[in-house]
Amino acid sequence: MNATLVIEWVVKSLVIILVLTGGFAYTTLYERKVLARMQVRRGPNRAGPLGILQPVADGIKLIFKEELTPHNADKFIFTVAPVITVVPALVITAVVPWGREISLFGRTFTLYLSNVNVAVLYILSVTSISVYGITLAGWSSNNKYATLGGVRATAQMISYELALGCAYIGPILIVGSMSLVDIVEAQAGVWFIFLQPVAFLVYFLASLAEVNRAPFDMPEAEQELTAGYHTEYSGMKFALFFMAEYIKMIAVAMIGVSLFLGGYLGPGIDRFPILGPVYLFIKVAVWLFVIIWVRATLPRIRYDRLMALGWKVMFPLALLSVMITALVLLFVES
Amino acid sequence: MTEFRSVDLVKEFRHLVSERALTGETMVLNMGPQHPSTHGVLRLILELDGEIVVNAIPDIGFLHTGVEKNMEAKTYQKAEVMTDRLDYLNPMGNNLVYSLAVEKLCDLDVPPRAQVLRVILAELTRLNSHLLWLGTTGLDVGAMSVFLYCMREREMLLDIFEMCSGARMMTTYIRPGGLWRDVPVEFEDAVNRFIRLMPRQIDEYEALLTNNPLFLERTKGIGKITNEQCHEYNITGPILRATGEAYDLRKAQPYCGYEQFEFDIPTRNEGDVYARYRVRIEEMRQSVRILEQAMRNIPYGPVRSNNRKFIPPPRSEIGVSMEALIHHFKIWTEGFPVPKGAVYVSVESPRGELGVYMESDGGSKPYRVHYRTPTFANLQILPILTRGHFVADVVAIIASIDIVLGDADR
Repeated sequence: MNATLVIEWVVKSLVIILVLTGGFAYTTLYERKVLARMQVRRGPNRAGPLGILQPVADGIKLIFKEELTPHNADKFIFTVAPVITVVPALVITAVVPWGREISLFGRTFTLYLSNVNVAVLYILSVTSISVYGITLAGWSSNNKYATLGGVRATAQMISYELALGCAYIGPILIVGSMSLVDIVEAQAGVWFIFLQPVAFLVYFLASLAEVNRAPFDMPEAEQELTAGYHTEYSGMKFALFFMAEYIKMIAVAMIGVSLFLGGYLGPGIDRFPILGPVYLFIKVAVWLFVIIWVRATLPRIRYDRLMALGWKVMFPLALLSVMITALVLLFVES
Repeated sequence: MTEFRSVDLVKEFRHLVSERALTGETMVLNMGPQHPSTHGVLRLILELDGEIVVNAIPDIGFLHTGVEKNMEAKTYQKAEVMTDRLDYLNPMGNNLVYSLAVEKLCDLDVPPRAQVLRVILAELTRLNSHLLWLGTTGLDVGAMSVFLYCMREREMLLDIFEMCSGARMMTTYIRPGGLWRDVPVEFEDAVNRFIRLMPRQIDEYEALLTNNPLFLERTKGIGKITNEQCHEYNITGPILRATGEAYDLRKAQPYCGYEQFEFDIPTRNEGDVYARYRVRIEEMRQSVRILEQAMRNIPYGPVRSNNRKFIPPPRSEIGVSMEALIHHFKIWTEGFPVPKGAVYVSVESPRGELGVYMESDGGSKPYRVHYRTPTFANLQILPILTRGHFVADVVAIIASIDIVLGDADR
């Protein structure tokens, strides 16, 4: 039993890593295509039919690029920082369920790596780690722009983390469990976006800040800080930061979908459990589309305004939502 | 291996930064000349307290091309080619002010058709410049789509310029005595199509920005300047009009028959980045209004003065007239002599008062040409505007001054 179980875990982990890295590559293409269409352009269309080999070309280019380490940089931290950023991004999705149990080769598989009972706490704590990578990258580069970007990342993190945490509480209260599998299954009747609209909005905004996406992309604001914390990075180290950003985009989309949009649930899921990943994929694609859409439309917010928004608007709203949820639940139970 | 010499900014700019920078309490940040949002090659030395600007020192001259001095070595026809390179977003305006100066020195007449076409071309150029300003402003505050929408419309304008002059940016189309040649037959259709489309497109840009709370937050109350300060620093153009003064050379001292057209001078009273944005947007609408009136009645006739002492004869005459051949030869080899004297002529460029001082010693080359360029004057207020604001605002403020470094450095 143990040997097969270990093999199963290894295979699942590999699948997750491969899907995420592949997903990262194609999210960049997806973003470039969608942005281009919104901006009366065509987007990449030279590498392969419709540009589908563009991510491969980008990857090859980045691998073969010379990696520069700036003079006077703290070499050890400079090298470690991208790793610190990318590893949490890769492991977040371990607790996100992809679907129900399916039978294959006479065995029953669960479509998630682990169903831990503190899944939400795990997500919160793991995502917080990656900001260290950004801050350290900014600091170790010995570049003023990078330092400013790193400082901004820290300021940004403390202003959205609390609101993000409170947004998780609503679904947890309703379900009474922190396991994402339980949360998804509890949405078989009605999606939590309808029960927790405020928490959903707060989650959406905070997750944009979490992954440094427009309009909250201050740590790398191109027009102000040239490239922010990754100004001095090149080659594969830069690619790791890039990868972390896009994988985290996918991850927050998957988590958000699981928390509020019914995760892998959809019509016909009871008869064909294999549809689970398909529904999840579609929902994540829609979520990513909205993120890209926001980027195409909105100007960047100033970072002091983000802190004001985080502390003065999002956090109280999320708290209020939690309180109302708790009161309503008490009322219903009694 | 190359040894890199590290430059100590604080030491280099010791006389310009505050004492707190010398002790390391504030950070001195070099922004530019290669920076995504310094619009070309402006270099800024920013002294920062955290992210708040204590002092900003503009450093210009990276695009200095010696245009003014070069002009002294060229005949009047040849010198005009360089005017395109001054303010590269306003080539027709530069051609226009140069031609007006030469015409004033030589007392040349300009046919009515050329006058109206000059107004049309000047307004198209104003739209061209304002479109690029709007696009880069959007880009600088992070709204990237506006940039590409503006570029889409600007493309139509560049096509029109190409159709007239053969070049998209470096036109040299408005010449002393009129225009280089008549506009092609497709010109009217193309311009009419453009001015039919433009009001709707301006609405579209405004829908993305004007009432967008994020945009308002980035622009309202940022980079304020008063009317008195504008006078002290000799600021003209949209920046002055955004402080409530309706001063526009097209109305104040009309040239090329601007007095025949009906248009308003948009003003705002706040004097901040948002006011400048609104003024320029409204100016685009007014430009379309002028274009509509001008396109309705373009007179027929020649587009270039018939004064053979200054204007080379057309090809058709050269074959049949000995005199025309002599004029052609004389004008293109040694240029035309311009009567002794000095003039100052100014026009309203998209950025403010664009003036040229031209002195002639009676020869065929100018003795001295000096440009009074709006960017050079307007850039002076950058330290005042940015003081006390965030780094992110510096970018928005630079965009709102609408700098073109070719214009400032010459």
